[in-house]
Amino acid sequence: MERQYLLGNEAIAHAALEAGVDFVSGYPGTPSSEVIDVLRALPERSFYVEWSVNEKVALENALAAAWCGVRALCTMKHVGLNVASDPLMTSAYTGVTGGFVILCADDPFAHSSQNEQDTRCYAHFARLPCLDPASVQEAHDWLRDAFQLSEEFGLPVIFRPTTRICHSKGDVELGAAAPGQRKGEFHKDPRQYVVIPAHTRILHKKLNEKQPHIKKRLVERGFNRYEIRGKTAVIASGIGASYVEEILPAGISFMKIGAYPVDEEWLGDFVKKHERVLVIEELAPEVEEQVRQVAGIVPVFGKKNGYAPYEGELSPPLVAAIMVRAGFLTENPFPAVVPEQNLPVRPPILCAGCLHRATFYAIKKVFSDAIYPSDIGCYTLGLQLGVVDTTICMGASITVASGIAHSGDPRDVVCTIGDATFFHTGIQGLMNAVYNGANITVVILDNRITAMTGHQPNPDTGITASGIETVPVSLDAICRACGVTFVETVDPFDITGTVNILSEAKKKKGVKVIIAKQMCVIMARRSGVKRKRYMVDPEQCTGCGTCVRFGCPAIEVVGEKAQINDLCSGCSVCAQICPAGAIGREVPK
Amino acid sequence: MTGSFDILIVGIGGQGTILASNILGKACLSEGRHVKGAETHGMAQRGGSVESHIRIGGQFGPLIVPGQAALLISFDLLEALRYSHYLKRGGKMVVNKHLILPTSVFTQKIAAPSEDEIITKLKAYDLCLLDADTIAAEAGSVLAQNIVMLGAAAGSMPLSPDSLVAAVRSLVPPKTIEVNTKAFEMGRAFGGKC
Repeated sequence: MERQYLLGNEAIAHAALEAGVDFVSGYPGTPSSEVIDVLRALPERSFYVEWSVNEKVALENALAAAWCGVRALCTMKHVGLNVASDPLMTSAYTGVTGGFVILCADDPFAHSSQNEQDTRCYAHFARLPCLDPASVQEAHDWLRDAFQLSEEFGLPVIFRPTTRICHSKGDVELGAAAPGQRKGEFHKDPRQYVVIPAHTRILHKKLNEKQPHIKKRLVERGFNRYEIRGKTAVIASGIGASYVEEILPAGISFMKIGAYPVDEEWLGDFVKKHERVLVIEELAPEVEEQVRQVAGIVPVFGKKNGYAPYEGELSPPLVAAIMVRAGFLTENPFPAVVPEQNLPVRPPILCAGCLHRATFYAIKKVFSDAIYPSDIGCYTLGLQLGVVDTTICMGASITVASGIAHSGDPRDVVCTIGDATFFHTGIQGLMNAVYNGANITVVILDNRITAMTGHQPNPDTGITASGIETVPVSLDAICRACGVTFVETVDPFDITGTVNILSEAKKKKGVKVIIAKQMCVIMARRSGVKRKRYMVDPEQCTGCGTCVRFGCPAIEVVGEKAQINDLCSGCSVCAQICPAGAIGREVPK
Repeated sequence: MTGSFDILIVGIGGQGTILASNILGKACLSEGRHVKGAETHGMAQRGGSVESHIRIGGQFGPLIVPGQAALLISFDLLEALRYSHYLKRGGKMVVNKHLILPTSVFTQKIAAPSEDEIITKLKAYDLCLLDADTIAAEAGSVLAQNIVMLGAAAGSMPLSPDSLVAAVRSLVPPKTIEVNTKAFEMGRAFGGKC
């Protein structure tokens, strides 16, 4: 046994090794990405690991491995499960033989996401067991247990950490890694794996019959537990339980829900021993609804009667405030404090020397009065530059562009999508746009990597998750195969060239694709690319503000004039757009 | 209440707050203490405002409650002011005398406080203000600023300098061990005079 200070996701990755995982797949998404990033970076591996092109692909790959009897882990963020929900729902019918854990990380408060959906609802919907750890240590221990539970129940198990588990740290007691030794073997059994109506009706019944046993076992195994200490009780789940434990006064009973489905009989026995019950959980009232079903005349406090919020994340002072409001605490132990007011905010920003800023600049120059649907990636930050009008989910740039164009709005529609997002779910939209004759310009922002989530390789990069060279998939060839005839690749650091190609596209009807290709500046720096910095000649600078409006963090205003700071990575774009010719390469002193 | 010693490290994405938090975590382990923490990952790291929570002796959740931190270490003046409400009464603030204005200040001409205005406000706290850039450069590399900051704050933490130095040495890149050790000691010497 060893104790280490680890990030939640690092602890989870280690637990997968302790469980002897044999097969790992996933799609990067904050806050889940580091699990595979840790596993794929190991110098030696006894398991297979891949970054898949999307979550549906990842889940189906891993499911098949689990059908072959090996232990499989599939990772994604909460919205990724929407993409993978088709195989998810029926995987509950087919079941598995090898342990299959679907790690789906939720993001209450949407720190890095487009919504705050609650994966526990998916587990309920699919009738699959779900583990919801309250600490880094629990995340570690339970991930290991999840494989064993999956094998015991013959079902995929959903493992649902939240941002405050994945990206929190703690001193964790680790076990020994147990290299995966299993060799997959597929046993043909059409009644299990071919879900024609005649088979699936029987499988559905079997899934339902498993439920009572699962509920009992989750209590027996201690995932759901309680301690009776008085006549009032707090029931809490996930990370909320750790906030409650920090402030719960003596004399109030405590129930901790760490796994679903919850045994109603067991829950009812507990609730009925109390005069008042408060439910603390993040996001959906998943536990509260069950508590209300069994509570009878016992008053229940929670979201449904306005004591706790449905949205956002919990925190110790918020939990204390809810407890005060519901009469479970007399005063909030954390007196309110007021932050300093009116400070300029510091949101994330595209890096100095990012190709996307240059591409957005050229798009705006050519298409000044256009509609700009965009997608999910670093480039969503183009919002600050006024070149992102819509973002809804992965792949929804080309589709939204087509919809707007067909709606009859007379303006040009120019959408942007990153290379990884294009592979994820962009291609279908492109095919559809060509097939149905949309008039749109599609700009693929090709930085050769999945940057925002931490620089994972994708089919464009030419290397696999484990660093093995592979065939790079050609964006140009895919676009042409989809039927696009105008496909041009440009270097976004060449502003004139990019503007010229965009202008050409503007004149043409149909679907036009421009691939703006340049390495992500962080990857360029890591791979040793060195470019001379640029500087402003204060004699020539007229203070017109053109370069400042470009929005690069390397450009500041000192007095009335522009000045370039040491964040400059030498992309040269500001020098190209300066009307006074005042910006040039730094001359060595 | 848990009685944990809560340290908040703040700065701008890319300034090395995560390494600083790892060093504190490792030092806690070597002293056999529990430790919990939380930090910013993902999109916010792209030049945004970032925070690392470290709760020495923490046994429950990872989040520090505003008004409860015993120590605030800030790599930037503006961020020190932004998070100043996290400090509890009598808490200590160790701040790098360095101001990077958000780009939006220039692009959208948003009003921003000056360096002097910020420092005047910070002086309401038990403040240790240091020029970590210069000290790090003297130690051998401007990149060692985060270690200088940890050194300056070392005397305000319930951890021994020996375990902190050992944690620094085990977590920084091998080629930079000596520079970072020197940076830590120089920061510590400065912090001792604050």
